[in-house]
Amino acid sequence: MTISTAKSAFWKGVRDSAPFVLVSGPFGLLFGVLAAEAGLNVLEAMSFSLAVFAGSAQFTALQLMQEHTPTLIVLISALAVNLRVAMYSASLTPYLGDAPLWQRACAAYLTVDQAYALSMIEFERRAEWGTRERMAYFFGTNGLVAPAWMAATITGALVGASIPDSLGLDFVLPIAFLAMIGPMLRTPAHVVACFTACAVSLPATLMPYNLGLIIAGIAGMMAGAQAEVWFERKSAAAEAEQ
Amino acid sequence: MTGTEMAFDRTTLWLVIVGLAVGSYALRFAFIGLVGNRAMPAWLMRHLRYTAVAIIPALVAPLVVWPAPTDGAPSLIHFAAAALTFAVAVFSKNVLLAMVTGACSLWTLMYLFG
Repeated sequence: MTISTAKSAFWKGVRDSAPFVLVSGPFGLLFGVLAAEAGLNVLEAMSFSLAVFAGSAQFTALQLMQEHTPTLIVLISALAVNLRVAMYSASLTPYLGDAPLWQRACAAYLTVDQAYALSMIEFERRAEWGTRERMAYFFGTNGLVAPAWMAATITGALVGASIPDSLGLDFVLPIAFLAMIGPMLRTPAHVVACFTACAVSLPATLMPYNLGLIIAGIAGMMAGAQAEVWFERKSAAAEAEQ
Repeated sequence: MTGTEMAFDRTTLWLVIVGLAVGSYALRFAFIGLVGNRAMPAWLMRHLRYTAVAIIPALVAPLVVWPAPTDGAPSLIHFAAAALTFAVAVFSKNVLLAMVTGACSLWTLMYLFG
């Protein structure tokens, strides 16, 4: 395909992702503020966002470090929160797998929620696109969001240290996490996973080193997977009866 | 916690930053870069689907029941703000709206009863 269709695919990606700046901006800002509250300087907060580039994993790590959790558990928990990007990566492969390795290496870094969600919709809709246009679109979906995320983190880190403790910022993180759970409860199986994890997490806090988090997470995952199988069987049985 | 003291040292911080950077990049590169078009076993994908929706609630539930601002003493103010945030998040599916509602309700409740 020609350069111009790749170019227009890139700009379409930029345009389609523009509303997501309204999500990643405040999240980046909040991460910067909370990082500053936790004692990180601007360079550290910026490096965190630039190197990791995964909001929910960063929030998780920040929270756990403040609870004096052993580093290994911080890493396992934060990576577990981010395991879904491995799934994104797997389902993008049929569309982008033919691209040169360096492009796939860049795309891997940029595999985040909005890039994945927008791209999957567009790739299915546009059968005429080749790998080149798809890759251009994928990069486009990060054209605004990634710089906005970085700029917001830096801004948050700069103002964060001057925000008074009386604002109760140490409860803003739980609120941010709760807000993130809402859209995740897409199916009954997701709801089962969520509430199983909650129920196990409370008694599991008695375990040392925040290990309870991992136990509760695994319990939630297993419950979700089992519930999925069960709900599928039930709907298959209901269809068979009709 | 004040902005000047840190609950962890700088070595830990950089270990976490570098470890997460490498780990989360590896997760993203694993399939698109290495595995190619091979299909993953269904049971693995089925469990991966529920990681975030299990880990995040497991992290947040104890923080709501035993909030940090009260040093872990159960607090109706924090519970109410958390419940409202969750309700807005579930019914609107709008993360930003839920966050703003939660933060505003927290500050209102703290101002009225704190």
